[in-house]
Amino acid sequence: MSTHTPTVNHGHAAHAAAHGHDDHEHHDTGGNTVFGFWVYLMSDCLIFASLFATYVVLVGGTDGGPGPGDLFELPFVAWETALLLTSSLTFGLGMIAMHKNKVGQLYLWLGITWLLGFGFMCMEVWEFNHLIHQGYGPDRSAFLSAFFALVGTHGLHVSAGLLWLLVMFIQVKQNGLTPTNKTRLACLSLFWHFLDLIWIGVFSVVYLNGAL
Amino acid sequence: MAHDNAHDHAHGTGGESHGSVKSYLIGFVLAVILTVIPFWVVMSGDFSRTVSGVVIAVSAVLQMLVHLVFFLHLDRSSESRWNVNAAVFTVVVIGIIVAGTLWVMHNMNVHMMH
Repeated sequence: MSTHTPTVNHGHAAHAAAHGHDDHEHHDTGGNTVFGFWVYLMSDCLIFASLFATYVVLVGGTDGGPGPGDLFELPFVAWETALLLTSSLTFGLGMIAMHKNKVGQLYLWLGITWLLGFGFMCMEVWEFNHLIHQGYGPDRSAFLSAFFALVGTHGLHVSAGLLWLLVMFIQVKQNGLTPTNKTRLACLSLFWHFLDLIWIGVFSVVYLNGAL
Repeated sequence: MAHDNAHDHAHGTGGESHGSVKSYLIGFVLAVILTVIPFWVVMSGDFSRTVSGVVIAVSAVLQMLVHLVFFLHLDRSSESRWNVNAAVFTVVVIGIIVAGTLWVMHNMNVHMMH
């Protein structure tokens, strides 16, 4: 048994069908794929750890400009948090629907997840735009550079997750809930929950600590 | 618990395990509580800097654990053993990166400021 990536799955399916071990091999490779994705998430953790460390080192470097206590609105951040946390729950409910092969429910929950994630991104883009228009862009101070790098990297990840969700809508629509698509959705759910976990660090370190 | 075996069939050794509606709801409620507490403590302004800082840190760590167990399904089952191993290794490296960075940069600050 060789290692398979989703992109070479056609060859794999043909091979497996010829030997009559289709189900068995799919489950094995699915588990390995998800574990491989988990290892990627752990390495992504290290990127965020570096960005958090950078932020904490540079947070005092305001160059006479505004500090975190002057810029951030906590009720706004609380709403962002609510959107992202609820989207984690709806993604989980979508995964349960997937395991029961209920495609309609899967679309419903993942559709809600997408809208919540999109709402989060709209709020974040609005906040960035607002800051830049006030003259507090990433070029203003070391603190703001670190802020935009950290929160922006998280936002890029969420945007990638939204794009991935759209791709999965199309793939499930075209091919149905195949083992391959289930594996992909399992990876995406890990990705999504992982981003919510990183956001806990963001609102605690950046926004709540900044308001003290 | 977080791991419901009712419809769990023949996954390989690598990390795919999934929860039940109940476990997701428990995780969600715990996460909401652990989010509301630090926001309330900071926004009410009734608490000292130190107390608020400790509450924020403790809530954040607890909420991350809640997410890992109830949403990312890390538990003691053999299915997720390698996921846990990788996660523990990552936490150690994160500790080295973050603590090491803050230590070194603080030292440099102290020595260059006079």
